[in-house]
Amino acid sequence: MTSIVVSAKDLSLTFSTNDGPVNALKDVNLTIDKGEFVSFIGPSGCGKTTLLRVMADLEQPTAGSITINGVSPGEARRSRAYGYVFQSAGLYPWRTIAGNVKLPLEIMGYSKEQQQERIQQVLELVELSGFEKKFPWQLSGGMQQRASIARALAFDADILLMDEPFGALDEIVRDHLNEQLLALWARTEKTIGFVTHSIPEAVYLSTKIVVMSPRPGRITDVIESTLPKERPLEVRDSPEFLEIAARVREGLRAGHSDV
Amino acid sequence: MLKEIWAKLSPIGVVVLAIFLLWYLFAIVLNAPWAHDKAKRAGAELSFPQLVSDTWSQDKPKLPAPHQVAQELWKTVVMKKITSKRSLVFHGWITLSTTLLGFIFGTGLGILLAIGIVHNRAMDMSVMPWVIASQTIPILAIAPMIIVVLNAVGVSGLIPKATISMYLSFFPVVVGMVKGLRSPDAMQMDLLKTYNASRFELLWKLRLPNSMPYLFTSLKIAMAASLIGAIVAELPTGAVAGLGARLLAGSYYGQTIQIWSALISAAALAAVLVSLIGLMQRLTLKRMGMAA
Repeated sequence: MTSIVVSAKDLSLTFSTNDGPVNALKDVNLTIDKGEFVSFIGPSGCGKTTLLRVMADLEQPTAGSITINGVSPGEARRSRAYGYVFQSAGLYPWRTIAGNVKLPLEIMGYSKEQQQERIQQVLELVELSGFEKKFPWQLSGGMQQRASIARALAFDADILLMDEPFGALDEIVRDHLNEQLLALWARTEKTIGFVTHSIPEAVYLSTKIVVMSPRPGRITDVIESTLPKERPLEVRDSPEFLEIAARVREGLRAGHSDV
Repeated sequence: MLKEIWAKLSPIGVVVLAIFLLWYLFAIVLNAPWAHDKAKRAGAELSFPQLVSDTWSQDKPKLPAPHQVAQELWKTVVMKKITSKRSLVFHGWITLSTTLLGFIFGTGLGILLAIGIVHNRAMDMSVMPWVIASQTIPILAIAPMIIVVLNAVGVSGLIPKATISMYLSFFPVVVGMVKGLRSPDAMQMDLLKTYNASRFELLWKLRLPNSMPYLFTSLKIAMAASLIGAIVAELPTGAVAGLGARLLAGSYYGQTIQIWSALISAAALAAVLVSLIGLMQRLTLKRMGMAA
């Protein structure tokens, strides 16, 4: 049984700037089912981050409609339906790793015991057990980003929205984190929205790849991945993988040519 | 170890030495006319060594030499009982208590105003211009008014003086804290928004901790301003006690040595207070992982 988590109809968002209106999103139609791993890929300015922010109620659409779990993004946010991971880890320097993971739990009113239990649980999930008492500056960039993922997983949101979480990390760390993220997704069965500008990353991770193009920001292609759910890193050398990657690349190029 | 201390102290030492040299030099230049006058009346001619020794040891010199001030300080800080009205420790304590109370008032008021300004657009538009305007009024002009008004409503003693200290010290705290409370970046604000955090949680868990570096910088300025406020406040209250009173009394009677020793004490007090805050700053920010 699948149920619809995100449903966008003719969604548009126009920013008014000093240089006139900018169409960040134009007539976006999209459905995300429960448990899907959806990547949004496209060149900068294509509105992929804006779309994610609209889902998170951090931006307001100017036309069309969108629902999250059947309700408005605002209501979904207030019921704490999603965890959001930003481009940079953004950990509080004055809090330890455990303290940072605890932040949403404090705000959402979890009891002390529950807080401790969940901190242990999610830190284990992102392989940061034993770093509870460390401060962010004592950790590498990749570990900091993992801590920020743990922070987004700590509470019971079944949607995880990630905005280029690994964009600032080097290739090797990125590969490793991608593998971990897939394992984490398999274990938690969350619905994940993932913004990236890396084709291999999008193809490797996703069950659905949303290709976007700029001016105006719109969806040019939606690709359902045929790759199995179980994906070792070697899958990236399979012909199937390369085929999907080629289609993504084509979609990106098509988006550019008709500008 | 010794080498490190030497490397740290030697630049300061050189500057201090230069100041003393200049000071002694100016003492000769400024006090020479009086020495010449005296000699002329006595019908004597001064040799240079005589001139120097005279200019460095007059009773009411235009500029007292450092050792004269040092002697006065020794006499009034160490030799006098601290309960004596001639003791600089006694007067220093009076000024210190006003300074600290005014500083606490000023910091409190400053933080409250900053929180209001950051959270309320109306306050942002209306309060800030008044805060700035308040600092354009010369404190010397408004200090007697504050004393008179507060006296009229039955408040006297320490509070009116501390109010004047507060008047000067709240300003840097407001300005610094408004900036500090607005210092979290958009991403950090968005993060708390995704948690559906209340405005109080936003303030308590993000804005306030994030503003700590700004707060301490403001506090250093506020402390110095507070001391100035305390000294100024002692003038219109009849110059009974405090370093300000010593300054005023000294200038009534031409006791330049007394003025200078009060000045030096005030400067030393300010230096100690400001470096105490500096120490608190270092310890706090280090604990918070925000050391610059």
